[in-house]
Amino acid sequence: MLRIKCPFCGERDHSEFSYGGDGSIVYPALDAPMQDWVEAVFQRENIRGMQTETWQHVNGCRTWLLVERDTMTHEIRSVRAAHPGVAKALEGSS
Amino acid sequence: MTRFSAWNVFRNGLTGQKGWSRQWRDPEPKKHYDVVVIGAGLHGLATAYYLAKNHSVRNVAVVEKGWLGGGNAGRNTTIVRSNYMMPGNREFYEHSLKLWENLSHELNYNVMFSQRAHVSLLHSPAAVDDAARRYNTMRLTDSDGELWDLEKLKHTIPYLNYGPNSRFPIIGAAVQRRAGTARHDAVAWGYARGADQHGVDILQNCEVTGVTRDNDKVVAIETTRGTISAGKVGFAVAGNTSRLWSMAGLGNLPIESHKLQAFVSEPLKPLLDHVVVFGVGGAHFYISQSDKGGMVFGGDIDWYKSYAQRGNLPIVQDVAEAAMSILPCLGRVKLLRHWSGVMDMSMDGSHFICKTPLNNLYLNAGWNYGGFKASPASGWYFADLIANDRPHPVVENHDLQRFERGINIDERGAGPDPKLHG
Amino acid sequence: MSARRLPGGGQIDRSRLLNFKWDGKQYQGYAGDTLASALLANNQQLIGRSFKYHRPRGIMSAGVEESGAIVTTGEGDRREPNVKATSQELYEGLLASGQNAWPNVRRDMGAVSGWFSRFFVAGFYYKTFMGLPPFEWGKGTGIWMQYEKLIRKAAGMGQASREPDPDHYDHAHAFCDVLVVGSGPSGLHAALTAARAGRDVMLVEQDFEIGGDYLNQSDAALISRRAEIIAELEQAGVRIMNRTTAFGLYDYGTAGLLERVSDVAMAANPHLPRQRFWTVRAGATLLATGALERSVAFANNDRPGVMTAAAAGVYLNRYGILPGQQIVVATNNDSAYTVAAELASAGASVELVDARAAVSAQQREVAALAGVQTRYGCAPLAVQGSKTVQGVTLANNGGAGWQAGDLMQCELLLVSGGWSPVVNLLSHRGIKPQWDPAQTCFLPVESAENIAMAGSAAGVWNLAACEQSGSAAMASLLGLAASHRSIVAGGWDNPIEPLYEVRIGEQRVKSFVDQQHDVTSDDIRLAHQEGFVSVEHLKRYTTLGMATDQGKMGNVIGMALMADALGRDISQVGTTTFRPPYTPVSIGALAGPNTGAHFRALRRTPMHNWNLANGATMTEAGLWQRSWYHARDAETISQAYVREAETARSSVGICDVSSLGKIAVQGPDASEFLNRVYSNAFAKLPVGKARYGIMLRDDGLVMDDGTCWRLSENDFLMTTTTSNAAKVMVWLEELLQLRWPDLKVHVSSVTDQWASVSVAGPQARAMIAACVEASTAVDNNSLPFMGVRAGKLNGGIDCLIARISFSGEMAFEIFVAAGFGPAMMELLWAAAKPLGGCLYGLEALGALRIEKGHVTGAELDGRVTIDDAGLGKMASTKKSYIGSVLRQRPELMREDRPRLVGIFPKDKASTFNAGALICQPDKVAGFGEGWITAVTHSPVLGHWIGLGYVAGGHESWAGRDLLATDPVRRGNVEIEVVSPHMVDPKGERMHG
Repeated sequence: MLRIKCPFCGERDHSEFSYGGDGSIVYPALDAPMQDWVEAVFQRENIRGMQTETWQHVNGCRTWLLVERDTMTHEIRSVRAAHPGVAKALEGSS
Repeated sequence: MTRFSAWNVFRNGLTGQKGWSRQWRDPEPKKHYDVVVIGAGLHGLATAYYLAKNHSVRNVAVVEKGWLGGGNAGRNTTIVRSNYMMPGNREFYEHSLKLWENLSHELNYNVMFSQRAHVSLLHSPAAVDDAARRYNTMRLTDSDGELWDLEKLKHTIPYLNYGPNSRFPIIGAAVQRRAGTARHDAVAWGYARGADQHGVDILQNCEVTGVTRDNDKVVAIETTRGTISAGKVGFAVAGNTSRLWSMAGLGNLPIESHKLQAFVSEPLKPLLDHVVVFGVGGAHFYISQSDKGGMVFGGDIDWYKSYAQRGNLPIVQDVAEAAMSILPCLGRVKLLRHWSGVMDMSMDGSHFICKTPLNNLYLNAGWNYGGFKASPASGWYFADLIANDRPHPVVENHDLQRFERGINIDERGAGPDPKLHG
Repeated sequence: MSARRLPGGGQIDRSRLLNFKWDGKQYQGYAGDTLASALLANNQQLIGRSFKYHRPRGIMSAGVEESGAIVTTGEGDRREPNVKATSQELYEGLLASGQNAWPNVRRDMGAVSGWFSRFFVAGFYYKTFMGLPPFEWGKGTGIWMQYEKLIRKAAGMGQASREPDPDHYDHAHAFCDVLVVGSGPSGLHAALTAARAGRDVMLVEQDFEIGGDYLNQSDAALISRRAEIIAELEQAGVRIMNRTTAFGLYDYGTAGLLERVSDVAMAANPHLPRQRFWTVRAGATLLATGALERSVAFANNDRPGVMTAAAAGVYLNRYGILPGQQIVVATNNDSAYTVAAELASAGASVELVDARAAVSAQQREVAALAGVQTRYGCAPLAVQGSKTVQGVTLANNGGAGWQAGDLMQCELLLVSGGWSPVVNLLSHRGIKPQWDPAQTCFLPVESAENIAMAGSAAGVWNLAACEQSGSAAMASLLGLAASHRSIVAGGWDNPIEPLYEVRIGEQRVKSFVDQQHDVTSDDIRLAHQEGFVSVEHLKRYTTLGMATDQGKMGNVIGMALMADALGRDISQVGTTTFRPPYTPVSIGALAGPNTGAHFRALRRTPMHNWNLANGATMTEAGLWQRSWYHARDAETISQAYVREAETARSSVGICDVSSLGKIAVQGPDASEFLNRVYSNAFAKLPVGKARYGIMLRDDGLVMDDGTCWRLSENDFLMTTTTSNAAKVMVWLEELLQLRWPDLKVHVSSVTDQWASVSVAGPQARAMIAACVEASTAVDNNSLPFMGVRAGKLNGGIDCLIARISFSGEMAFEIFVAAGFGPAMMELLWAAAKPLGGCLYGLEALGALRIEKGHVTGAELDGRVTIDDAGLGKMASTKKSYIGSVLRQRPELMREDRPRLVGIFPKDKASTFNAGALICQPDKVAGFGEGWITAVTHSPVLGHWIGLGYVAGGHESWAGRDLLATDPVRRGNVEIEVVSPHMVDPKGERMHG
């Protein structure tokens, strides 16, 4: 069981969360060239080691999170709200 | 090399088993091979076998970082079927099933392919119609498939949960009779022995540490057993594709590595004579009984990306819930072991057998859940690609550029999210 | 052999006699017995039959490592196969019987397979059974599958019940600072250290008694020390769980535990679960899991009457049983001396043979004082006897290998080949133990996680040192002390001498390495001969360590023999990998309560009971139950839905659509957000209007469709399909939080907050007008097509009314707060009845939408483009939106892609099925030209119709003969393809 420290709800089992995907993907503008979209949607770096990934606390506060996690050891280095405004507000409050 | 037969088993029984020799050699790496296949799993070994057998390319090495067949070859739930529907996949898996049907004889190695039928349970009229489209397609494309009504299903598999407490009552099943299970390790060993007999060098404990390029060409691979120069190189390394790809200085791939758990119970006297698949309400579960008697079963991937070959409890629980829900007699049957393997999950749930940006590098990857059943055809078509430097029409859309062209070979319609293609 | 219960001694409760049945006969034991100890006390020797050769097997150990005494307990639906008698607690009425034998374990016909054992060696089955013998002629799998039937019957061990398990199982969760696994001397001391430091401790023990090796001691002082520690732990609030196995360690300090609720407790309270599966999150984990004694490979080392030396000590000291009268103890280490002495003191005649040339005087004294004869440089070569032990032929170590020696008469042969620490749980964490040649065992290595090992699990052999090891390891684990390295592995006076196999020359005998799977030492050598030299190959080829004990006793011997064959050290051969669970765990416990009807949540609409009371038959729609049809009198489903659809077209019908997903989209940027999410224009949707919208995925294929209502400037209500509600919600949240954090929009799922109905038919407006308060006008001006308004139903029920149509009729959707759902139905139904209206269900809904060519899940299967679905005009060319770029990939823009069509049968009396393929009559092969997604009987047209996809769309096939090909059900039906808009293509009815 992974344990994820949700910045709102505290540390919880990963079964409360749903895995999103690669958190390092920068989605292009809606009218960006086809090649940019192909790259963002279909291509993955697929890191073995520490990667940034997205999770949603779907059975909790429903916040989307950016999680730094090692895909080999499952060690989690950091968790923060993906929405920069929310992340900033939480930093201020903690 | 002693041929495998009842006669030789008998003869060796009388003579203290002295007549059996190594099933494959343990050679020193040569300086150069015409083809180096990386990964001595089922796909790599089958590729080497068919390169030698079908294309007379015999100066071949299969390079393996550990022991042959030590990855997903020995970690899967051994199901063989061809109930794929999408053009390309359909022909590919059907060819694979046909190769399976004669594989023991082909390899002179009993891979124990048991065509005991693959039974997908159906729970709603809409699911029946959906299955009908798939199984009709199979029937029109040189395969077998049928729908069973509840009566027939109950008669054939009496211990499923047909009771009133079933959350999703079973109303029938979609069945492929020619499908079944095989002995996974035997397939790896059979291909290894077959390839070895044709002169292929299987180099175990030989980890690739680098790929040396000369512009758009691979010239050699660096390994823990020295530099090996190669005319052509094929990657067939399942969950580790992305790592090797970046060693070759190439960019991203439409692949993510996920882990899939598998489970086996203690051995029991015969209880279940078919492969049974259950998928409703977001569940996914498959079960069969091995010849040794263990109930072999599995479910979904662990959802999050992982290279670790070990699973976590939530999926164990999910899978057990599904097991009990369709086979409630399993309550007192005990789980003996569970383990996991790392799968290449691709963006549309289908594989890649294709050329790459490098002229003499070929890719075999992205097997999702389909790797075991695919292995004979995978080797067959990958060998064909490497030998002829062009894809066979059956796999011409199984290339890396298909997404750019707008081709998604998506059996589930799940879209470009690797974790959804289980 | 003459095992017997001694008049006194042991930890059993002699005041409580328990009756049990073994193989149909009645026996008695005591509370505190295991099934094995009770059988032994009754001098029952032959308990099992081996997996492959059906050799007779007896009790080999006193714990979970047992490979011989494996039985079936219970009967009928409570039958449990593969139970280790050595760890099964005895209880009143226990039923046990032998397994893998016919007619019984004493006389087993299966034993004939032993006659062919010279042929049935490791891996022989890979070499034959392919074709006709002797040369494997033939093709295909037919011959193999005939063999397979026989092989399957012969294989397997116990027989599982065919009946549903009648008991229930539970799941439980816990947190603690420290989890201590094992309650022996080191575990108890570790728990004590943690408890004294104020930590929240859980102590789990697989046995039904707490105490581990304390229970096996003859020294009364140690027994009372155990009680004192337990008392202090209880006082300190330590959660002590006996009958609880920590079966696996997972990420983040998570442990899986299996708690067996005792049968005594269950008998007293039938509401208790049989077992509980605990998920424990521990801050730190200390493994005091002990060590298991190994055997040695020699001829017939599997006979009933061959046992580990330690097991005999357990039977003597814990259960008060003298397991035999005339005993030979064979050892290569010091541990067996105490056992030998204790057995002799209890009245047995004991001789000890030690493989070592000599030991210290002190050690010899231990034996001599008790009257145990000793021999040195000596080991067992072969057991005499077939179903019992008659004696043992010894081998003497003459310096240059073994030579045959004397035959010693005995009825019980105790063997100690050294000890293997239980490193299984640490192994689950991916940590490979390391071979220690001095202790001849795999020892745990340090983990980067908060996990430590102590006591004999860390190779500490003396009880006092184990106690200290437990305290020290815990202190170090909790950071109370710097390091626990002061307690090192070892502790014997005389070094152990490696001893794995005793044989002379190249002799081929049946000497077992893995007793449960009948893997012999010759099998190991054959594996080597054939090149299966890595541990992983060895175990897969020979099945070494794959039995229900996972090689607890045999793995090390197998690896030692392979090392010998290779001329290498064991450390170079590899290490052992253990997988969870440590001991087998019932599938029932892992599943817990979430099975059967509780397998998945059941979702019901607010009007569920009302619908049932009004004749609804329900159907599954994902997790939802929805009204399928409302049959009148003896109507069949077909009659009912056709009538319902007809009524909706001629008068009015009411359909519960509450399962549709509903999402409130609110905020100043809501309209901009929707404009990016939907493929069609949303920026200019006026307040009070609804619009049908399509969402694409990033890859440009259709994700979902639904309507979206603008309730006010910044307040929208989106509906989704029932099946995609959750997915769309997650998707919108992802877009807002990850991609477009600058947009000021909030989304909330309100599916459960609204009860909703669709009211459709030419009388719909009149009917609704009768149900609303005067202030809520629904005339064409007040509520035009696609209009939305808030209002009040009669009785003051607040509602939203939208004039939208899925059926193609004049139709309205009415939303009220969920709790008012039934009241709304009462109101509407009362108004509908006088108009000749009806309630309609999902089947009629389907008929109405198919007639209109409206798509739903069957058509939007995740592989179609917006153009494929005939909705290309809804793909805006004036704006960018999700999927707008990738939908233009070349293959997706091809004109000859399958397009949505309507389907008519040529013969209007005939019918056809969804799921059929569409083929040209002269080309019924391959993938066909398309497929059929949905079929209904059309009341309007008076014949069967369908929707489907055909390459290029209906224009390409106009007037051409086609077949609906359905080989899995009904064969070919002649059809023609038409426009998907089969009824009222101009939409006059809904605008009316």
